Amino acid sequence: MAATEAIPTTVWRTNPVAALWSTMVGKKVVMAVTGAVLVAFVIGHMLGNLKIFLGAEAIDTYAVFLRTMGEPLVPYSVLLWVVRIVLLTCVALHITAAVQLTRMNWAARPESYDTKQSIATTYAARTTRWSGVILVLFIVYHLLHLTAGRVGFRAGEFQHLSVYHNVVTGFSVWYVALFYVVAMACLCLHLDHGIWSALQTLGWNDARSTPLFRALSRVTALAVFLGFISVPVAVLAGWVR
Amino acid sequence: MKLSLRIWRQKDRNTPGRFVSYEVDGVTPDMSFLEMLDVLNEDLTTRGEEPVAFEHDCREGICGSCGFLIDGVPHGPRRHTTVCQLHMRFFKGGDSLTLEPWRARAFPVVRDLVVDRSAFDRIIQAGGYISAPTGSAPDANAILVPKEAADTAFDAAACIGCGACVASCPNAAAMLFTAAKVAHLNSLPQGQPERDERTLNMVAAMGREVFGTCSNHGECEAVCPKGIPLEFIAALNRDVIRAAFRRRREPLHVIGAAQHPAHEDVCESNSAQKESST
Repeated sequence: MAATEAIPTTVWRTNPVAALWSTMVGKKVVMAVTGAVLVAFVIGHMLGNLKIFLGAEAIDTYAVFLRTMGEPLVPYSVLLWVVRIVLLTCVALHITAAVQLTRMNWAARPESYDTKQSIATTYAARTTRWSGVILVLFIVYHLLHLTAGRVGFRAGEFQHLSVYHNVVTGFSVWYVALFYVVAMACLCLHLDHGIWSALQTLGWNDARSTPLFRALSRVTALAVFLGFISVPVAVLAGWVR
Repeated sequence: MKLSLRIWRQKDRNTPGRFVSYEVDGVTPDMSFLEMLDVLNEDLTTRGEEPVAFEHDCREGICGSCGFLIDGVPHGPRRHTTVCQLHMRFFKGGDSLTLEPWRARAFPVVRDLVVDRSAFDRIIQAGGYISAPTGSAPDANAILVPKEAADTAFDAAACIGCGACVASCPNAAAMLFTAAKVAHLNSLPQGQPERDERTLNMVAAMGREVFGTCSNHGECEAVCPKGIPLEFIAALNRDVIRAAFRRRREPLHVIGAAQHPAHEDVCESNSAQKESST
């Protein structure tokens, strides 16, 4: 008999999600899909924040709306909790896939180069992992700060659903506002690489649309950055008080 | 002109390597980079030293044998050029250059600048073929191929499998190579019957060989001597998703006579093996 070594065959699952999760490309697809959900949330959140420039009533009413939306079909704040759970699931899947892929990447090059030049990659692409890590820390702080009112406020200062009051009081502390701006710079970098990368991972681009998608990624990242930092900057500058 | 080279020297797979510095004199601008190394090796041989091992074959930029990093860039500073087609006129006398082999877990260094790229062969074996009856050549127009599909397949088939994409990738991913091989057949009508199977099997083979994953840096595209673009990776991703969603059933595995060789057959093949080994 010929001594040819048989190529091992992979048994593929018929469940498409299970089949995808078993491949590197599939894990990237999971990152892209969960990332897309999170980008949609981030844009919505940013637009909601801008209501602060319409006055205290506008944004406080909006905060109540987020809890009453869907009523009377769904009870008070249930829809908001559904959204929160979906988002947290996406964050968990996004991080799980990222950690697994990063470990694969590190295993693939155990010995690093003595001399290596980067030609095509961008600062945003090279730092995506680390901007992601900073964003996780930021999200934890942000939830404890402006959602729960547990940190960054003196006792009794935080008032549930008085968004305008909470934001102005919270951002009056300059280093808190600065931390928000730095975190949003990380978000900007993360999105600049991430949005384009997600579209490439889903295979939506071709030679014709690639430059368009890269531009879309950058414009979205900058718009989100400027939209978010406008609030702490306005509070620090005294335009909103 | 005269050059200073810092070259990675490694005796074999298991011996740790190190950089050794050499001076090469008498380099002319019309020499290729490999011819410059030939000059160095001739000098080393006459001095009784071991010549620097590097892989090469056609020296025309079409076989994919050669390749190493020159100052941290696979195939050196010229775009769309293999080291064998890189001429010394692009360097200045007195330049000092660092030559380093591809570094990836899937590409172990065999010696000096030579790495073992058989991981690529195994990816091809997993699906880089079409099953077709052989015989006399079919009529050229028997299967109509749209012009754009033919061009895409041709561009993808330009991949020479040199491994520069893996070498330049921060993650040592073989996505551009695999994407090119998949796109070559998946964009043609002849490749359609085995399309989904091919995509999944080649991607699985890539994982088995412990290549990394794509982070869309685009370094591979920048160093590819054949200029294979990143869009092929997008097409591969698209095909993987398509393949995963199109699987509706597993083929039945009926345990029958075919899967259960008779006792005598097993004994026969065992004894045959013993005979051949003695």
